[in-house]
Amino acid sequence: MSTRTILDPTGERTVAERARLARPASLDGLTVGLLDISKPRGDVFLDRLEERLTEVGASVKRYRKPTFAKPAPVDLRHEIATECQVVIEALAD
Amino acid sequence: MSAPTLPDGLVVVVKRDCETCQTVVPVLRQLAGAAAVTIYTQDDPDFPGEPSAIHDADLAVSWHHDIETVPTVIKVADGAEVERTVGWHRDEWERLTGVAELGPDLPAMRPGCGSKSVDPDLVDELRARHGGSVLRSRRIDVADAEDEIELMFNRGWTDGLPVIPPTEARVLAMLEGTSRAPDEIVATVPPDLVDVTVEKVAIAAVMAGCKPEYLPWVLTSVEAVCNDEFNMHGLLATTMPVGPVIVCSGPGTRKIGMNSGINALGQGNRANSTIGRALQLVVRNVGGGRPGEVDRATHGSTAKLSFCFAEDDESSPYGTLAGARGVEPGVDALTVFAGEAPHCIVDQLSRTPESLANTLAHQLQAMHHHKLILAFDAILVMGPEHARVFADAGWDRDRILFELHMRLTTPVDQLARGAGGIEEGIPTSSAGAFLAPDTSAGPTALPKFRPDGLMLAYAGGGAGLFSALIAGWVNGEMGSRPVTRAVRY
Repeated sequence: MSTRTILDPTGERTVAERARLARPASLDGLTVGLLDISKPRGDVFLDRLEERLTEVGASVKRYRKPTFAKPAPVDLRHEIATECQVVIEALAD
Repeated sequence: MSAPTLPDGLVVVVKRDCETCQTVVPVLRQLAGAAAVTIYTQDDPDFPGEPSAIHDADLAVSWHHDIETVPTVIKVADGAEVERTVGWHRDEWERLTGVAELGPDLPAMRPGCGSKSVDPDLVDELRARHGGSVLRSRRIDVADAEDEIELMFNRGWTDGLPVIPPTEARVLAMLEGTSRAPDEIVATVPPDLVDVTVEKVAIAAVMAGCKPEYLPWVLTSVEAVCNDEFNMHGLLATTMPVGPVIVCSGPGTRKIGMNSGINALGQGNRANSTIGRALQLVVRNVGGGRPGEVDRATHGSTAKLSFCFAEDDESSPYGTLAGARGVEPGVDALTVFAGEAPHCIVDQLSRTPESLANTLAHQLQAMHHHKLILAFDAILVMGPEHARVFADAGWDRDRILFELHMRLTTPVDQLARGAGGIEEGIPTSSAGAFLAPDTSAGPTALPKFRPDGLMLAYAGGGAGLFSALIAGWVNGEMGSRPVTRAVRY
């Protein structure tokens, strides 16, 4: 009687590996999404980033999660992916 | 695995380690001379010797043909059982075999012995070996020189304490605790959003140290936390030191031996300690929620190992938490709450309900930060001595909560950012009103808790004028709402 075989306790997922997109050489002409996760004062940080990004020729779009306590809704993620080439997510307190 | 076919004629299953089997050896010789007889021996291959027997070494014949007693005589025709008799009973044997005058020197009857295939020490292994492959999980062979406990540490499958190796036999035994099929999907577990089956929950329950009768509570707790309402993902990812607190009630808590008395919120009781642990192992191993990865808790808490307790619903003066949330009395149920480790509130002198309510309100106001309001729920666990002060005065659950809420309303100017020399606080308008999101003005006094944000539970030992405060995490739609479920067996 073998007690030397055990059962895998994990979800046994097959992880799909995706290559990261190449880093853009310049932000000039690109659309940068700024995602506010709804933590207090995250907007302070993102306001300043928007200023700096606009100065270097990027166009900026602002997004906001309904709550920092839950993952971003699928629709919001899709919206950002289709409207932006670059995204910055801000955590703040 | 298909059952081995029995040969036509008579089949007798025996074992040497049974006095009745030894007694009927002369009868077996009589039968062998008169009919087609096949004898299976469960233990000694040389028993009974004459006539010879087939050794049922792996007990496959016995297991598949449900032999519970030896000797068992089975009449077989066309490969199928016609009838059987167990033990030694001369009339029955003669009728079934059609052979007269069997064992004339033997007593008329003698009860048989337990079959080796139903030996409690063997049955789990036999179920694993012969029961067919109902389990779908990947098998991992442990090398001879490898220690399975260390293997599981090395693969990152533990919460930092050793786990019980989930062998097929143990998992099958665990699954006996529920009527649900092993391949039934229980929930989708965050953060990786993996569908978890009853089988995978049973594996976690074995690893945590659960008994099979705890499994329905584990399954129900997994269902209760894995939904948008409870928001296990957020609870896992937060920097706050919170985890799923499981508050159980109903007669089933006593059947499985849960602790609702002395040290109910502490260590030492197997059911309390392992049910919550199994839930967390599901989140860790199936959902992929591990500290330092998606779990970002700044300090964490030992309560994240397991925080599960039973309410003493038989002596509670104000019922159960599940009852207050709509579950009928006498129904086994649990409530999951996003909470911290318990915090002790001491008041050993109050003998009037007003005085004790004042104490509790002061401590509740201070929860997390005395100037932060409405954002966090709480469970207040009273033991017999504090609860008696209210019960003796005729205060029921509603009255206690009403009186506490009354004492937990604070002028906004005391809660404002900067008030009392403390920068933390709530945002206010220049007129001194609460600046709720998207409004310019609001009320001038605010409650600590939402109307249903303060909950009562009842547990603890008979001595001690204390209550335990379980502080919550971000509440409501923005965070986590408590979920109450009847236990599904």
